[in-house]
Amino acid sequence: MVARSWHAPAEAVLLPAGALAAALAVFGLFVWFGGGSPVEAWTLLFRGAFGDAFSWQNTLQRAAPLMLTALAVALPARAGLTVIGGEGALVLGALGCAALPYVVPGLAGAAGSVVVLAAGAVLGAAWVALAGALRQWRGVNETISSLLLGYIAIALFKHLVEGPLRDPASLNKPSTRPLAESLRIGPIMGSAGGDSLLGDVHWGLVIGLVLCVAAGLWLSFTASGFALRVVGGNARTARLVGLPTDRLVVLACALGGACAGLAGAVEVAAVHTAAHASLIAGLGYTGILVSFVARHNPWAIPPVALLFGGFAAAGSLLQRRMGLPDASVLVLQGFAFVFILAAEALRGRLFQLSVPTLVRPRLVALQGRAV
Amino acid sequence: MAADAWFDLLLAIVGGAVRVGTPFLFVSLGECLTEKSGRINLGLEGVLVFSAMAGFGGAYLSGSPWLGVLLAGCSGAALALLHGLLCSLPRVSDIATGIALMLLGAGLAFYLGKGLIQPQAPQIPSIALGAWSSSPGVQSALSINALFPLGVALAGLLAWGLANTRWGLVVRMAGDSSDAAKALGYSVNGVRIAATTAGGFIAGLGGASLSLYYPGSWNEGLSSGQGLIAVALVIFARWSPWRCLGAALLFGGAGAIGPALQSVGVSGGYYLFNAVPYALTLAILVATCSPQRQVKGAPMELGVSK
Repeated sequence: MVARSWHAPAEAVLLPAGALAAALAVFGLFVWFGGGSPVEAWTLLFRGAFGDAFSWQNTLQRAAPLMLTALAVALPARAGLTVIGGEGALVLGALGCAALPYVVPGLAGAAGSVVVLAAGAVLGAAWVALAGALRQWRGVNETISSLLLGYIAIALFKHLVEGPLRDPASLNKPSTRPLAESLRIGPIMGSAGGDSLLGDVHWGLVIGLVLCVAAGLWLSFTASGFALRVVGGNARTARLVGLPTDRLVVLACALGGACAGLAGAVEVAAVHTAAHASLIAGLGYTGILVSFVARHNPWAIPPVALLFGGFAAAGSLLQRRMGLPDASVLVLQGFAFVFILAAEALRGRLFQLSVPTLVRPRLVALQGRAV
Repeated sequence: MAADAWFDLLLAIVGGAVRVGTPFLFVSLGECLTEKSGRINLGLEGVLVFSAMAGFGGAYLSGSPWLGVLLAGCSGAALALLHGLLCSLPRVSDIATGIALMLLGAGLAFYLGKGLIQPQAPQIPSIALGAWSSSPGVQSALSINALFPLGVALAGLLAWGLANTRWGLVVRMAGDSSDAAKALGYSVNGVRIAATTAGGFIAGLGGASLSLYYPGSWNEGLSSGQGLIAVALVIFARWSPWRCLGAALLFGGAGAIGPALQSVGVSGGYYLFNAVPYALTLAILVATCSPQRQVKGAPMELGVSK
């Protein structure tokens, strides 16, 4: 059968959708074995994510950092690297944002906000760029090194937050001094949000969306973005035609890390107001899944981030109404990841699986005898 | 610090090397077998968490620690089998599958292990090698996990089996040249699935050591990256089971520095000392890898050193 022009885009939608449906089905089975009602679980998942204005606000709040941590995986992936250090870059970004006022007092206003966010982005960029540089110049596997760097970053974070940077006023929950009021990021709608869908959703959502669109534009319409995709497609060809492979790879890692660092900084400036252990919530790991589901395409990241942000938002509803453990969202994410990878095997063949090919093996098994 | 304190510290680190190193040993042996067949399983981190939970649950419900150990091994094998099967599909990368299993293993373990955080399960017995000494410090340092000798025996068995048996040769052939294996009529995917599953069983024993010996309880922070460190150790050990043993003890010692310092009363920089194994792993990777050539001893089909 001939491949037609609509096959590829149709597969791009059908394969992830099918994989997610399969993951939800297996999750339902899992709940059923545990004695719960799968239908109730599915209903609660979607009600908790997109049911009313309150759940929409919750979903959008959670989708914002996921877009950025997904970019931290997607950009290096387009250069051919599997980097999973988003979690580490995120906590360092949060630390940079919260710690800068200790070093540079007198930051205030919108300019000050930009500076503390940039501090987070720079720290995140440096951390992930290190993993890229180690791979290009020392041949160290970047997946392992980025995850190890992530653990080191979390240890540094805990050491500083519970030691030198600790606010003496934070008694039960060690944290840094809260960010000055004027440095914080407010809601998009100001105080007029109220009960609308956007409610008190903060500007981090806009930052995430803008960066996803910009990253897509960069990859698709600029020479350097194209060069990066050549490096990711075939590094040897890229060297042969004289592209600065090493620099492009490290650049992609640094940009990705900057996004994850920014995610941490925004979480501090808009949600937590100070750096403390609640920031280590697995946003970096969920970002990996989001990027894989979006096939590392920055334009596909926002809708996928919205979906997984929604599932995360629905987690507490599952916990309250059905008594499921808080890890049920993690289980759903795990199943989704497995099915997304398995669906990759069908790419380019989904429409080739016509009826005759399915029937033929049976005829062979019957040795051609009429049924 | 007085000489006594130094001696106590050293003793605590030596004892800790075996105590903390045992899970490293099992996971690195499992990964060594997997990688010899030509695939890398980063999902052993997930296998470690999941099997620790399963082992603890098995021991708690059955009352026997050894049934728990068996269950841990089997659950590790089941998760690794999933890795083996997924990677056999066309266009599915083993690295990505490993990341997926990390998430899935942790999610399943936290979900199913929710009810296991409070109770106490029967523990794996320890062997008192220090009975000759009258010093309680020496005795406690040399009272070792009964799984540890099993791990040493397993390292010997793997080293001998990979070098001298037909099965070992087939596994190494699948890892060094899939074409040669195909030419001799072996199913490369079949060999790799079998090796990955067996590796998952071995890594699962390390999970049992975590939850049934040291620290000896189940909680969600039980493994944070030990499985991944063990994967990196295999590169350091240049795919030799005997060197895996040495590397596991070295890293066990590094991991024991933090608790050992705490036991003699040094409490500052607790988190930083706990990060020593990660930093050491990274340093060793930087020192042993090279961009120009394959790491010596690496299976030729392996993507990790490319």
